[in-house]
Amino acid sequence: MDLGGINPAVLIASLMVASVPIMLAALGELVVEKAGVLNLGVEGMMIMGAICGFVTAVETGSPFLGFIGGALGAMALSLIFAFLTQVLQANQVATGLALTLFGLGLSSLIGQGYVGIKPPATAIVPFGPLADIPVVGRILFSHDPVVYLSIALVAGVWAVLKFSRTGLVIRAVGESHDAAHALGYKVTRIRILAILFGGAMAGLGGAYVSLVRVPQWTDGITAGAGWIALAIVVFASWKPWRILIGAYLFGGITVLQLNLQAAGARIPVEYLSMSPYLITILVLVIMSSGKGRASLNAPVALGQNFHASR
Amino acid sequence: MTQAGKHMAEELLAIDGVTKAYPGVVANSDVSFSITKGEIHALLGENGAGKSTLVKMIYGLVKPDSGKMTLRGQSFAPAEPRAARASGVAMVFQHFSLFEALTVAENVALGMENPPQMRALAARIKEVSEDYGLPLDPDRMVGDLSAGERQRVEIIRCLLQDPKLLIMDEPTSVLTPQEVEILFKTLRQLSAEGTAILYISHKLEEIRALCDGATILRRGKVVASCIPAEKTARELAELMVGAVLTPPARAAKKAWPETEAALEVRGLSATSPIPFGTALKEISFSVRRGEVLGIAGVAGNGQDELLLALSGELRSDPQMVLSFGKPIGALGPSERRAAGFVAAPEDRLGHAAAPDMSLMENALLSGAVRKGLTRRGFIDWGATASWAEEIVARFDVRTPGISVAARALSGGNLQKFLMGRELSQSPAVVVINQPTWGVDAAAAAFIRQEILNRAEEGAAVVVISQDLDDLLEISDRFAALNEGRLSPMRPTEGLTVDEIGLMMGGAHGMEVAHHGH
Amino acid sequence: MLRLEKRPSPSRFWQMATPVLAVVLTMIAGGLMFALLGKNPVEAIRTIFYDPLFNPQFAAYSRPQLLVKAGPLILIAIGLSLGFRAGIWNIGAEGQYIMGAICGAAVGLAFYPSESVLIFPAMVLAGALGGWAWAMIPAILKTRFRTNEILVSLLLVYVAEAILASMALGRLRNPEGGGFPGSRNLSKWEASANPELIAGTGMHWGVVAAFIAVIAAYILLQRHILGFQIKLAGQAPRAARFAGVAPTKLVVLCMGLSGGLAGLAGLFEVTGPAGQISIDFGSGYGFTAIIVAFLGRLNPIGILLAGLLMALTYIGGELAQFMLGLPSAAIQAFQGMLLFFLLAVDLLSNYRIRLAKRGVA
Repeated sequence: MDLGGINPAVLIASLMVASVPIMLAALGELVVEKAGVLNLGVEGMMIMGAICGFVTAVETGSPFLGFIGGALGAMALSLIFAFLTQVLQANQVATGLALTLFGLGLSSLIGQGYVGIKPPATAIVPFGPLADIPVVGRILFSHDPVVYLSIALVAGVWAVLKFSRTGLVIRAVGESHDAAHALGYKVTRIRILAILFGGAMAGLGGAYVSLVRVPQWTDGITAGAGWIALAIVVFASWKPWRILIGAYLFGGITVLQLNLQAAGARIPVEYLSMSPYLITILVLVIMSSGKGRASLNAPVALGQNFHASR
Repeated sequence: MTQAGKHMAEELLAIDGVTKAYPGVVANSDVSFSITKGEIHALLGENGAGKSTLVKMIYGLVKPDSGKMTLRGQSFAPAEPRAARASGVAMVFQHFSLFEALTVAENVALGMENPPQMRALAARIKEVSEDYGLPLDPDRMVGDLSAGERQRVEIIRCLLQDPKLLIMDEPTSVLTPQEVEILFKTLRQLSAEGTAILYISHKLEEIRALCDGATILRRGKVVASCIPAEKTARELAELMVGAVLTPPARAAKKAWPETEAALEVRGLSATSPIPFGTALKEISFSVRRGEVLGIAGVAGNGQDELLLALSGELRSDPQMVLSFGKPIGALGPSERRAAGFVAAPEDRLGHAAAPDMSLMENALLSGAVRKGLTRRGFIDWGATASWAEEIVARFDVRTPGISVAARALSGGNLQKFLMGRELSQSPAVVVINQPTWGVDAAAAAFIRQEILNRAEEGAAVVVISQDLDDLLEISDRFAALNEGRLSPMRPTEGLTVDEIGLMMGGAHGMEVAHHGH
Repeated sequence: MLRLEKRPSPSRFWQMATPVLAVVLTMIAGGLMFALLGKNPVEAIRTIFYDPLFNPQFAAYSRPQLLVKAGPLILIAIGLSLGFRAGIWNIGAEGQYIMGAICGAAVGLAFYPSESVLIFPAMVLAGALGGWAWAMIPAILKTRFRTNEILVSLLLVYVAEAILASMALGRLRNPEGGGFPGSRNLSKWEASANPELIAGTGMHWGVVAAFIAVIAAYILLQRHILGFQIKLAGQAPRAARFAGVAPTKLVVLCMGLSGGLAGLAGLFEVTGPAGQISIDFGSGYGFTAIIVAFLGRLNPIGILLAGLLMALTYIGGELAQFMLGLPSAAIQAFQGMLLFFLLAVDLLSNYRIRLAKRGVA
């Protein structure tokens, strides 16, 4: 098998691109889970982001508006989740699944007339001569703005959760909604806002898939990225910087297996393409077991509904 | 003697004709009383008398249906706790107000309107906590603190806001007698500085020792106001309960044939399955037939874990738990029931009972084995129903029927049902955690009597309780849990409160703080 | 302002009425969606819900299809509902369905062209085992390593789809198929065929299995201590441990049962209506069954009715696609919407909605 044809700098650069969708979606879900809500509808929100972003970009000709559209589309879907679970007290697991099933159906409905179209290209940030530096230039200075935005967002979410009062309140609500309520915090409102943030992030990630990664529209385009994003939150033990590591890891695997496929490796294509999922499972197992297991860091109130009774 | 006198009886808070009803129950009916500046005022009443609802209204968590409140001469109707805090009202909760996975400083910050920077806040916490004899490390995780220390976090959180009125909801239920003394010193210091304290309790001696005035609630109504020091504890009790109380009768001890201990625990050590729980360390004791062993201790010192280890939910080495000489440490709950064990955990909704299941289903939950309610795995619903009916009748459970969901019952009624469920399975070994938690005095007396009756019939009984009255009234021998260890056992007769306090761990090294003042 | 008030006990009336209400609301919202797509909403709803059963032009074809589609949905949903009741979330039934079909087909094809009567039973067994084994992966990872079963079971669907593709193109490809992907046609080989048992009804062995599963699940939940333990573990896990339920045992049991039933559904499908292992064999039954389970309120009888209703939307959807040009994705969105409405109105069985009293004067 010939691996010589794979250039490491290109590989790293492309894994940075490949990891953007799951990084954004996982980061959003991290905030949602920190607030004590388990939204399993990431896949559905991502694919809504993918189609809404795609349609907006194609119709307006602006990738920027496309990303906005994607974020808004997924946010609208997350609003349904927020309403059902926070106001109507519906089961979070079931509602998340419904969100995914509905999102898959609705996206393919909206995408009817858009199959086979090419979206407007998302420009690369012009770094001028920096981009010409060998290796480093290819890895660091040859990307579109969303790549940099996603890294900045990781830093931002980390800082907000760790240092700001908003972050403290979000964590408090996720640890014990009863205590937060007793202190007079508006548990429901805080959780709804967190869910909407999660929706917007999943939407951005989805839009990145259809506008940059692929870039075109096909049904089921996100292909489980939302589920991998959920797994990455567990992998990251609910810590923002580890989301970055997790996303790069999975981005790397995806890129590598695609490269191996292209290089004509002797492993059958099907086995290569199932590898990201198998490795996700493997990582989940490692992170869930043992003494320093990730679940110890899970927000205590995760997945529990809150209703102020008295 | 009374602090109120010193402050010229300047009125701070007046409650006037406040009423609050919930579906099916009137929590407060036309309640009126007032507190003066610097006064320590007791709100006395049994569980369910409406004390908690009343203070939640003062703290802005609940809105009254009618009536009005006045704070420092101004009309006072806080829409939310934030508004109450802004008006100078602070509250130390009985449950649910700390975040275990956050640090002390973060917990304090969450209770403040405009907290300073974390570093400055940490310094303030250190300073204030030492001033009031309640030392605290601001960087520690709250989940790792003892119950007494957690309460200090709450008190410090309140004190940092310079409250005019401090509400304390059953503050001593998590403290050893020695820790109670330290708390009282702090409260007297606050009162001397002009902070009024609304002190909610059902413990009469404490109120007599601490409070300047008292308002007594029964079934949501004010039944009396008095100066507690001028009444005897018995008089206060009768005002609170509205009936004359009789202690349970103890028949003369029957001598049971000397056999091996019905329950023996040998060097039991186990890590806690509960997050932030307490590990059990080298616990050894034995109980004979007909004997009642009382185990005291402040909440969170291993009581839940000990119950789990005895009920079979937490398994250990087979030789660590024995019954009549047989090793049963590795057996699960069903096998232990078959061996004659019954157990009653403290947490009623969610552990001892499934909240959304009917009483009938909840009877099946722990009774299936000993009452033979299944045949080849198929449930005999008829037999289950008649047994559930029997429990309801015998233990005077007030319920519309046995098909009602467990969570629909009041705490006291559910406790009666659950005690009845375990105590009517002709057990050989009974293990109960908090038998009278949340029930009224009459029901508590009945439950204690039933426990004694089982002992008389030859059962070995272990009662774990934070209520010393429970233990002193029914146990033959007495021990205390402290940080997962069990103190040596002592005969109950002749024990003093001070000795008990020391068995429970004294003041957990807190004494020093106040002496330095 | 409206205010929610928790009921002391769940309302029996609303438990029965909410699925009906959800269906009505979905028809209204779905009608709006169809109108937005430029279709006549009344006609669309009639084409989906009425025509397949009663329009003489289509009923002869459509009616048998009802059982053909409902069979696998009910079979899978019954298994899922047991797990869901116990708080064990197997959402990878689609993968187990595929693996059941692959294993069953592989066992059968190994004996091709034998005409032994034992082949079909052996295939049924292999199908159930295949689905069971695939479900055991998340079950064992959960009990041994506390790994989240939702994520693992779901991720395994993608793995199963990749295996399906590789099988259809490789090992199980019909050697006489002229290089086209896909296995031999199992429904046309007598030893492996799962035929229509009574002509014109759509009744095949899978449907029979589904009916048996409904009855067995009903008895299990109503009368057997195991059913009681399943319900208990889902409602109050700590109380279940107190009652002596071993959580590990329950996870293995519920995951295994649901996987086995999904595998059976896959096997009956591949030997009957689908006929062969092909790349697009995974038809989404495993996911739709989740909706069926919830729509039936996790109750066996409810699931029976919900499965029939959901089958109707499939058939009606195809009809609407054919007659009105309604995109097939619209039906998928319609089914998702049904689950939303169901979850939304579910509130009525546990809460009372009250007008909040006016504030204190």
